[in-house]
Formats: sequence, structure tokens, C-alpha cells
Amino acid sequence: MATEGHNLQELRRSASLATKVFIQRDYSDGTICQFQTKFPPELDSRIERQLFEETVKTLNNFYAEAEKIGGSSYLEGCLACATAYFIFLCMETHYEKVLKKISRYIQEQNEKIFAPRGLLLTDPVERGMRVIEISIYEDRCSSGSASSGSSSSSGSASSGGGGGAGGR
Amino acid sequence: MSVMVVRKKVTRKWEKLPGRNTFCCDGRVMMARQKGIFYLTLFLILGTCTLFFAFECRYLAVQLSPAIPVFAAVLFLFSMATLLRTSFSDPGVIPRALPDEAAFIEMEIEATNGTVPQGQRPPPRIKNFQINNQIVKLKYCYTCKIFRPPRASHCSICDNCVERFDHHCPWVGNCVGKRNYRYFYLFILSLSLLTIYVFTFNIVYVALKSLKIGFLETLKETPGTVLEVLICFFTLWSVVGLTGFHTFLVALNQTTNEDIKGSWTGKNRVQNPYSHGNILKNCCEVLCGPLPPSVLDRRGILPLEESGTRPSSTQDPSSSPFPQSPVAPTEPLSSNELPLKASVPEEMHSSVLAQQGPESPETPQEASGDEK
Ligand SMILES: [Zn+2]
Ligand SMILES: [Zn+2]
Repeated sequence: MATEGHNLQELRRSASLATKVFIQRDYSDGTICQFQTKFPPELDSRIERQLFEETVKTLNNFYAEAEKIGGSSYLEGCLACATAYFIFLCMETHYEKVLKKISRYIQEQNEKIFAPRGLLLTDPVERGMRVIEISIYEDRCSSGSASSGSSSSSGSASSGGGGGAGGR
Repeated sequence: MSVMVVRKKVTRKWEKLPGRNTFCCDGRVMMARQKGIFYLTLFLILGTCTLFFAFECRYLAVQLSPAIPVFAAVLFLFSMATLLRTSFSDPGVIPRALPDEAAFIEMEIEATNGTVPQGQRPPPRIKNFQINNQIVKLKYCYTCKIFRPPRASHCSICDNCVERFDHHCPWVGNCVGKRNYRYFYLFILSLSLLTIYVFTFNIVYVALKSLKIGFLETLKETPGTVLEVLICFFTLWSVVGLTGFHTFLVALNQTTNEDIKGSWTGKNRVQNPYSHGNILKNCCEVLCGPLPPSVLDRRGILPLEESGTRPSSTQDPSSSPFPQSPVAPTEPLSSNELPLKASVPEEMHSSVLAQQGPESPETPQEASGDEK
């Protein structure tokens, strides 16, 4: 766990960003939040297709759970309405709880699967639920060890900007 | 001066949001810029209800039943709560694309359209999507640099794309969209009930008084009641009519925007792909369905490098007196560092800020202060 966390920070600090891939929304079931499971060719050499699809499908299931229409969501809506929505001042909605679960899941996936492959998922909430942003980093292993060892200028720069993330 | 600098050490995201909105209470409240008509709404409701509670309710509570003011109070509080909730909440603004995403979309458009010869008009930027077996066009928004999600529209007054855009309502001083439509609907519903209620009991009041002192005497004695009756009478038609119209829309799961544009009128055999085909289910979904939280994160703290160039540009390498500042002058020069910083997620930024926050914004200010 500790080594994986270190790995994630190491990635952010040492590797340079090459490109970003954006997984777009899938509207075929209406306006509920779903993402396309189509495998982007940019990730071809980086990650197994199956692993990627599994992650997106899990995310889609989470969003489907958040927007599920049914007894409990109606109950929540009616209860909130009956209190003239004052209850929202002290209660978290089901949707917000699921979103928190999703951001935990994304962090976990980043640490376990994506960071070791030089990739980084961004929580769709931070991009207005439009896209899943996947950042692809170049030279994950080689440059990581090289920059920390040899050049002092890049080392000091990273301690000023990105280093805040590492030195907690 | 230094006190002001210390107080202003964090920049929250609402301060840098594009679009023409106003924010109060450090980003908790979000409204449109023009609020004159919103104040008029508040004044009319508060004025009429104050008069009603002050005169008619006191009389009727004694003469008829103490339940009359209680019901009026419940209706009044409910409509005020829903009004303020409609006006003060995020209607479902879709944040604009960041440069990376905009460039990606631009690339995608170029790939699909091919290269357009010089001087020729580029084809319209439209994406077709099949939703519940209906083809729906997604249009590109040149301001927000995104393909608008289905049902979203760009509000020209607030200059934002709003999800499930209904209309911009100057009476509530905000857009009405996905996130506040139910509040808006409950507001106009409770307001029509309140108006009918106040109107009815004003008539009852006048009738009871007339029996005692005569009709003309009553009108002379109670100019406030006459004013209330007039306001209620004119409000009644418009608000009840509007409520009826929106009830119709809710039952069909349509928006005002789609109704005006005639999106699902049956020409070309397009039907509303979002409707469940069942009035009850549509009502439940629109009014009681799950409600997504705002994605703007208005109270989130902006990372330093995005909150303006002031700290880094005013920083002079020669005159910086602090031991931790030798790091800063190299910052704009390190080319491999910048793209990485831009990509670090927000929670990482805030931890960066938490560490640097107390020192960095002050550093340039104190340095310039020494020179003066
Ligand atoms: Zn727009
Ligand atoms: Zn608007």
C-alpha cells in the first residue's frame, strides 16, 4: 500500500505528460451518466483492453446506481420536498454518497492498475461529468530514476511545485 | 494593507468561473447578474403576505378559525423556501472545457470533417446520437468549447451551458435547469395556492365586514385589502396559468425550451425520447428523482498557479528576501514541470496550497513593501 502510494506520487512528479485521452459520454440510454466502453487506440500498448473495459463498466454501474429511479429515490425526493428541502442542509443525498464512492474507487484503481502503467484517471466530477480524462505519461521508469538522481535543477523545481504533493 | 493580503490568501473557484453570474456568501449563493425583477417578486410576496397576516388573518382567526393563519403561514414559508432555493442554487451549469479537452475535441472535429479549403464555410459542428431509437443532434457550443449534452442549452443571459435547460426566469433571477426545476415547479405551485388562498380570504373578509358596516364603508376603511385583492387578482391568472403549463410539461417530461422550439411536435415523427410514456412516472422522475449535485465545486480552492499570475510575475529574483524563494524563480523556466502541474488533480493542488498558502501570496507583497 505504501509503495503503491509512493508510486503514484513518483509518477506525477517525475514523468512528463505526453497526451491525454478523453472517454466521452454514452447517451444511448438517455441523459443518465454513462461512458463509452470503446477502447481508445492511444492506450493500445499501455493497458490490456479487458482491464480498461472493466474499469469503465464498473464506473458506469456506479453511476447507474446513483441515478437509479425507484422506491428509495422517490422516498428521498418526497421527504426532502416535505421539509421544503431544508433537510439537504444536514443530509447527504444518495447521489453524493455514490459520487464519493466513485472517487475512492478511481483513486484505488489509479494506485493499483493505472499508475504502474504510466496512466492516470481523473474523476469525471472534476470535468463536469462530460468525460473520463486519462493522462498518459512518457518514460515512466527510466526518467523517474534519472531525474531524481542526476539533475539538480529539475529536482529543485519539483520540490517547489509538484514537490508539495510528495512532502506531506 | 498586510491585513488585507493575509485575509485574501485563498482564491476559491467561484471567483474565476466564466459566465455572467453573481455569487454571494463566498460562493454558496449563485444567481444571474440582473436581479431587479427578483427583488420585485420578493417585494410583492412579502408585502402582500405582511398585509394579510397583519389585518385579515387577525380578524379571521378570531371570527372564523385559528387554522386560517396557520395554513397561510405554511404555504408562505414553503413558497419562500422554494423561491430562494430556485434563485440561489446552481441550475446545472456545465463547466467549460479546459484547454486540453477543447484541443482534443477540435482534433476530433477535424478528423471527421477533413480539411476545409480556405474561404469555404466549414460544416456545422454537429454530432448525431441515437437515444432510445431517436436520432438526437448534439450541437457544438463555441463559447464553452464542448458538444452540448442532450437537452442542454446555452443561456445567453448567464453565458453558460445549462443542463436540461428550461428557461431563464428573471422573476426568480436565475436560469431554470436540471438542478432547480423541481424547486421552481414547487415554487409556482405553492405560489398559486398561496395566491388563491389569500385572494379567497380577502373576499371573505370583505364580505364579513360588509355585513356589519356595509360594502362601501368597508372599502373606505380597508385600502390595504383592496390593494391585496388587486395584486392577487393579477398574479392569479399568470401564476396559475404558468403552473398549469408546467404541469403539462412535467407530465410529458418536456422542457419549456423544447416546447418553444417544437422539438417533439410530431413533425418528422420525432417523439420525446426522454419520456417514459407514463404521466405518473414522468412526474415522479422530474419532481422526486435523484438529483445530481453541482459539478462546479464553487467553494473549492483554486491552486496558486491558476489563480492569477500576480505572485509569480511580481516576484523579482534579485530582491526576494526569503530562503524558500530560490525555488520560485526557476518555476516558470522548467518546461517539463508545467504540463505536469496542470494535470495534477485538485486534491493534490489543495495540499500544495495548504503548504504554500500562508507564505507565497505574502512574499511579493512584502518585497514590494520594503522598496517603498
Ligand atoms: Zn455554452
Ligand atoms: Zn440564465
